[in-house]
Amino acid sequence: MSDTRTPGRLFRMWDNDIAYSFRKSPLAIVSGVVALVIVLAAVFAPLIAPTNPYDPSGLNLMDGFTPPMAPNAFTGNSFVLGADNQGRDVLSTILYGARISLFVGFSAVLFAMVLGIVAGLVAGYRGGWVDAVLMRIADVQLSFPSILIALLIFGVARGFIPPSQRETMAIWVLIVAIGLSDWVQFARVVRGATMVEKSKEYVQAARVIGVSPARILLRHVLPNVMGPVLVIGTIGLALAIIAEATLSFLGVGVPPTQPSLGTLIRIGQQYLFSGEWWILLFPALTLLALALAVNLLGDWLRDALNPRLR
Amino acid sequence: MLAFIIRRVVQSAIVMLVVALVAFALFRYVGDPINSMVGQETSLADREALRTRLGLNDPFVIQFGRFVGNALQGNFGISYRLQQPVMELILQRLPATLELALVSGLAAFILGVSAGVYTALNRRGVIPSAIMAASLIGVSLPTFLIGILLIWLFAVELQWLPSFGRGDTVTLPGGWVTGFLTSSGRQSLILPAITLGLFQMTLIMRLVRAEMLEVLRTDYIKFARARGLPNRTVHFGHALKNTLVPVITITGLQLGAIIAFAIITETVFQWPGVGALFINSVRAVDVPVMAAYLVLIALIFVIINLIVDLLYYAVDPRLRVERSAARH
Repeated sequence: MSDTRTPGRLFRMWDNDIAYSFRKSPLAIVSGVVALVIVLAAVFAPLIAPTNPYDPSGLNLMDGFTPPMAPNAFTGNSFVLGADNQGRDVLSTILYGARISLFVGFSAVLFAMVLGIVAGLVAGYRGGWVDAVLMRIADVQLSFPSILIALLIFGVARGFIPPSQRETMAIWVLIVAIGLSDWVQFARVVRGATMVEKSKEYVQAARVIGVSPARILLRHVLPNVMGPVLVIGTIGLALAIIAEATLSFLGVGVPPTQPSLGTLIRIGQQYLFSGEWWILLFPALTLLALALAVNLLGDWLRDALNPRLR
Repeated sequence: MLAFIIRRVVQSAIVMLVVALVAFALFRYVGDPINSMVGQETSLADREALRTRLGLNDPFVIQFGRFVGNALQGNFGISYRLQQPVMELILQRLPATLELALVSGLAAFILGVSAGVYTALNRRGVIPSAIMAASLIGVSLPTFLIGILLIWLFAVELQWLPSFGRGDTVTLPGGWVTGFLTSSGRQSLILPAITLGLFQMTLIMRLVRAEMLEVLRTDYIKFARARGLPNRTVHFGHALKNTLVPVITITGLQLGAIIAFAIITETVFQWPGVGALFINSVRAVDVPVMAAYLVLIALIFVIINLIVDLLYYAVDPRLRVERSAARH
């Protein structure tokens, strides 16, 4: 764990098994680049987006439905990817939308990960009734599709929040709903790995010299179970992004004033029949590229961390 | 065997009780039921009188017992949003969802098994590779995008099929409203059924393919070939038969997922089913409908899981030995 002894941290990042398998897999490189480009574009959206879609004063309703790469008949404004029904630049809404989608996705996975790791460590280490109760809950939850659970949590949370705050709280409710619907995967894997690790000698040695259970779990067991957790986390990120898009598409996600990719697709779908395809197509392609790239990265990571496949 | 059945039934009953508890907690503590019934000008005394008359001041256990008793009789109260009995609303919309789920489940099973067998027997070639690549897209595309894509292609561009609704329906004796009997009803069913079943179809296809490849490598297939049995007998009589146990299990479990994912499909195609009812209730925080839907879906899931477990146990003798060896 000490960084001082090894010279050149960058070199170590470049020269290890996982980095080697990354360099040898063209699919992983392509998806890595696609994911990185979308993430960077989303993070720096305020700097690179041509317009700010949240600023009503910058919008001109006359720009509405401008096709891509063609000047508007009334205003003469031209947009690379066209403009949507309210005259917002589609490219800018996508950049800002990806920002929200990624924020919700990352936060939800992080939430699910922390919850799942804690539950899994405790269940695996303590065993007994704690394990039984946690795993029964996990079993019951696992037999329902996670989107249904997220919807239900979302519905319940809305009931508790006064209507005036529903729009501002929507993103946080969404994160909790998706996170709570996803923790089971983490908990099961961590529990299994913990049960294997806890009977190993280093854990017993630590226990003999009187290290507290919390410290054993966090400092000794956790680093050894992080591999599979990262794999599930990556694939879970793709699932969370899709879950967010699905909920927003169903109209129970983020409000239209701060559209995520799912909300943009929902808006775009309404204009598909009248021939304004660009409002739908570009957000949909972005979502697809993002989800697919993250998914493929997860697949690659799973294979790279699997010692049997090396 | 009997002990196993009893244990599973008891487990299912416990799950249902837990779900009922969640549904009741929803019903009772999300928002104030009184507020959603009376107007603003109702006095506090009147509210309190109504509260007592409706039994909302009773102890928790008594209220929960009453909720379970009512639920067993199919009484989930009155929808806040539509002011109709919840059970009536659900029963009106249930046929639409069940017909959709049935057709997509069947299509997924039949097409998935055939495509799986085909790609397992012909591993090289343009068509099997194309099917495998297409299945990858089917797995990674979100359901709602598949629906939109199909609408765009077949309803907007080609104008072959309707893009929303159920078409003309016929009411059968007993109140079941079916879309099977009219041609517009059948046409309206095609796109939603594909959207809903595509994921399950690719899942079944990949499973059948993997299992077939596994089985085709085993000794008894070699012996069957050595005996000079024709390919058709070996492939379908020996190989396929042995892959079907896990496939039936997965299909059964996925039937529940199909009913749940109908929420998305029904929204995309404006299909007047239970899923659309649920999503509108979530938007409007219509708690009685949410609670009833939760109980209904849980019941369907529990029953399917129970049947699948029992089938599994009955169909595969190896499992009986393993389970009894593992548990006792």
